[in-house]
Amino acid sequence: MCETCGCTDRAEVKVINLETGKTLSSPSKHEHKVSYGHAHASDDHHSHDHNHDHHHDHAHGHSHGHGEAHHASGSTILLEQNVLAKNAALAARNRAWFSGREILALNLVSGPGAGKTTLLERTVKDLRHRHELFVIEGDQATSNDGERIKAAGAPVVQINTGSGCHLDSGMVARGLTELKPSVGSIVMIENVGNLVCPALFDLGERVKVAILSVTEGDDKPIKYPHMFQAASLLLINKIDLLPYVDFKLDRCQAYARQVNPAIEIMTLSATTGEGLAAWLDWISATSHREHEATFSPDLAAFK
Amino acid sequence: MHELALVESVIDMVAEHAQSHRVCRVKLEIGTFTCVTPDAIRFCFDVATEKTPLEDAVLEIVEIDARARCRVCGETFAQEWLWTACPCGAQDYERLSGEELRIKEYELAADAWVAAPQRKSRSYPCARRAAAPIGQK
Repeated sequence: MCETCGCTDRAEVKVINLETGKTLSSPSKHEHKVSYGHAHASDDHHSHDHNHDHHHDHAHGHSHGHGEAHHASGSTILLEQNVLAKNAALAARNRAWFSGREILALNLVSGPGAGKTTLLERTVKDLRHRHELFVIEGDQATSNDGERIKAAGAPVVQINTGSGCHLDSGMVARGLTELKPSVGSIVMIENVGNLVCPALFDLGERVKVAILSVTEGDDKPIKYPHMFQAASLLLINKIDLLPYVDFKLDRCQAYARQVNPAIEIMTLSATTGEGLAAWLDWISATSHREHEATFSPDLAAFK
Repeated sequence: MHELALVESVIDMVAEHAQSHRVCRVKLEIGTFTCVTPDAIRFCFDVATEKTPLEDAVLEIVEIDARARCRVCGETFAQEWLWTACPCGAQDYERLSGEELRIKEYELAADAWVAAPQRKSRSYPCARRAAAPIGQK
C-alpha cells in the first residue's frame, strides 16, 4: 500500500547496477508530484494546462486545505487524455537523450525462452571489439540474465519489474541513469519475455527487434500480431533446430509479412553462429546511421 | 496484465485532475486494436480504485472499432484484423481509429474525498448511472 495516498499496491521495481552492486528500489511506479488532496509539501506542482472551466485564482503555493471547491460538484469534466501519455512523454525524452548522444537503442522483445539472452551474450562477445555496448536487462525477478551479460563483457543494469509484465519508459530512464552509456555506444534493452504487453509501451528505442525461435511455432506472428506489427526487424532464432521441429520458415515469414509488410526478417542461430553475421552487420550499420542522423534534418533516414 | 498498470495511470490522471474531489464516473475509450482487454480493465478498476478518490466510481468503457483509409483508392473501410486489407486489395492504408486508449471524461461526486480512516459514510450520488449500459457507442 502506498503510504502517501493510500492507493493500491504497485509492483516494486528494482534497478540493480551489476557493476557496482548498487540496488535502487522505487516504492511505487507513480510519482507523487500531485497527491490526491492530502497533506503534501508546498512545492507540489499544480500546473494545470487543461482547459475545463474552473478558475485557479488562488496562488498555488498550496497551503489551502483542499476543502474549497475547484470543480462544481456533479459536473462532468471532459479530460480527453491519452492513458499512455506519461509513458509516451518519457519515451520521447529517452529518445532525445539517446539521439543527442548518438546512441543506438534497441528494444529486444520476444516470448520467454526465445533466446534473447543467449543472442545478447553472443552479440556482446562478437561486437564488443567494434562497438561500446551497454545492456539493460528486464525480468520480473532475479539478476541471472544480467550476470550472464556481465560475464560476456558488457556493463549491465538489471531491472526487476516485480509483478510488472513489461518495461516502461520510466524504468528505462532510471536504468540509464545508472548505466551511463557513453556517446556513440549501443544500448540493448532486453524487455521482459512477453509477446503481448511490451508492444504497447514505447521505451524511446530506435528499433524494436522481435525474436522468435523455431521451437515456438511458425504462426506466432499472426497469433500475437501487435508485437510483430510494432517491430521493424524479426530475428528467427534457433534455426539449427529446424530439422527437429515442425516449423516452416517460409510460412512464418509469410505470416510476419501479412501482419507487417515492411518488416525485415533474418534467420540465425545464436548457439552455432549461423546467420549471425547479418545481424551484427545490421547493428553496425544502424549504429552508424545513428551517428550520422543526430541533429541532421534528414531524420527520415530512419523512416 | 498490463491492464493493471494502465488502470493505475487512469486513477493517477483522474485523481490529479479532480484534486480533492471524489469521482463517481469515468468514461474510457478503448480501440479494438489497442491490445487492451476491457474486461481486464473492469476487473482491475474495482481493485485498484480502492482507497482512492475513484473508489466506487462507475467505469464506462466505449469500444471503438478499427477503421482505415486506403492510400490507393481513398475509401475508408472497417478492419476486423490488424492486417485486414482494403476491399480494393491494397495493403497501404492509414488507420483512422481503433488504437484509442483515452480517458474521455469523468464526473465529480457531490462530496469531497476524505482519505480513510476519517472518511464519512459513503454516498452514491451517481448510483443511478450504475445501471447504464456498458460498452455503449
